[in-house]
Amino acid sequence: MIEVTLKINGKMYTRKINPMLRLIDFIRDEIKLKGTKEGCGEGECGACTVIMNGKTVNSCLVLAASANGAEITTIEGLSNGDHLHPIQEAFIEVGAVQCGYCIPGMILSTKALLDENLDATEAQIKEGISGNLCRCTGYTKIVEGVKIAQKKIINSQEGD
Amino acid sequence: MYNITNILEPITLNEALRMYSDNPKLKIIAGGSDVLIQLNHGKFDDVELLSLRKIKNLNNISLLEDGTISIGAMSSFSNTFRNEIINKYLPVLTEAAVSMGGPQIRNMATIGGNICNGAVSADSAPTLFSYNAFLKLVSIDNIRMVPINDFYDGPGRVKLQPGEILTEILITKENYHKMTGNYIKFSNREAMDIAMLSVAVICNVENGVFNDLRISLGVSAPTPIRCYDAENYAKGKSFSKETIETIGQYAKKSAKARNSWRGSKAYREHLINILSQRAIKEAIKRAGGKC
Repeated sequence: MIEVTLKINGKMYTRKINPMLRLIDFIRDEIKLKGTKEGCGEGECGACTVIMNGKTVNSCLVLAASANGAEITTIEGLSNGDHLHPIQEAFIEVGAVQCGYCIPGMILSTKALLDENLDATEAQIKEGISGNLCRCTGYTKIVEGVKIAQKKIINSQEGD
Repeated sequence: MYNITNILEPITLNEALRMYSDNPKLKIIAGGSDVLIQLNHGKFDDVELLSLRKIKNLNNISLLEDGTISIGAMSSFSNTFRNEIINKYLPVLTEAAVSMGGPQIRNMATIGGNICNGAVSADSAPTLFSYNAFLKLVSIDNIRMVPINDFYDGPGRVKLQPGEILTEILITKENYHKMTGNYIKFSNREAMDIAMLSVAVICNVENGVFNDLRISLGVSAPTPIRCYDAENYAKGKSFSKETIETIGQYAKKSAKARNSWRGSKAYREHLINILSQRAIKEAIKRAGGKC
């Protein structure tokens, strides 16, 4: 067993774990945050995307032990109390969600993209979410959702 | 089912080399995006991992005094294509690094891991072959420099000796200075896909003539390869339509394309011919030439 400490959505968690435990298992089974989804389990689909130290990773390909000391954001860490994150609001408004399984990963990829480049062009948006597969929507409304989120975030910054 | 019995995370290279020398059965893990999939597929039973992630400076990219560019083996694909030195001096490596996987995989996967995994489809390989990159392989009692062109042994196999760790990829100035090039990855999807075929061209052209031309192919033989016959034919020739078409034919002959579910031999040979020509034309265009 290995002792690890991870900061997830601003809270510290210390656990003794089996070295085989993946980051996604740590998040879902140890911390019981079920918003992070497992799709393919081999880094192809992006459903398990989380933000680790500011960068998106596939949590199915990271060992929890290798994430020791890291700062992780999952989908549960985006809303502020009862207030949804602008990206979440935008996805709901435009109907970007169908079955919803890819959405937590999709939203975290969007967040990482917009944190780095709020003015991303449509091509950059498509590139930014290219590691997240959606088998329902055909992506059109997801891309629209990202564009609405950009406007919401820009407006809220101007209002500050 | 696999079992990871332990994960060692040394913080210095010397410590890592000592651990590896004491136990050559350790499995090196860099970014993890290949190793964990191999574990999932049951490629190993009980395995003890030696992680390189905590070793400082193994992900540095620097321009050395003599103009050689050093890329730390633990540099992720994202770190590589966002690096100013790479963008300025090795733009074809930028093209290759951007083409690999999707954003998440590029944040995790490392250039060194990509090479040592030995995949014929490794996106970094053809470009590094064309830049004549050297690999710095370090063990507890030895350091050797191996041209990447001699490093691959077969599908998924590279010539790492027991206890050896790849620490740096080095490209000397004469191999990138005044060179232009182009990397083309051909795959069914634009993201999250493995190349059906890939071509990396690096060349030096002057007054309408090829002074130097290097063509490397991925997924066209059991290892990434250089097309020496095509390159030798081109040297000193003016870049007419006929010359470029003949180079494409030579490139096709250098390859040992095979049938796989990703593409047939005939289709791959067609791609080698067409994409080599396309990459050469783009490289010439980037050098300010016309063809």
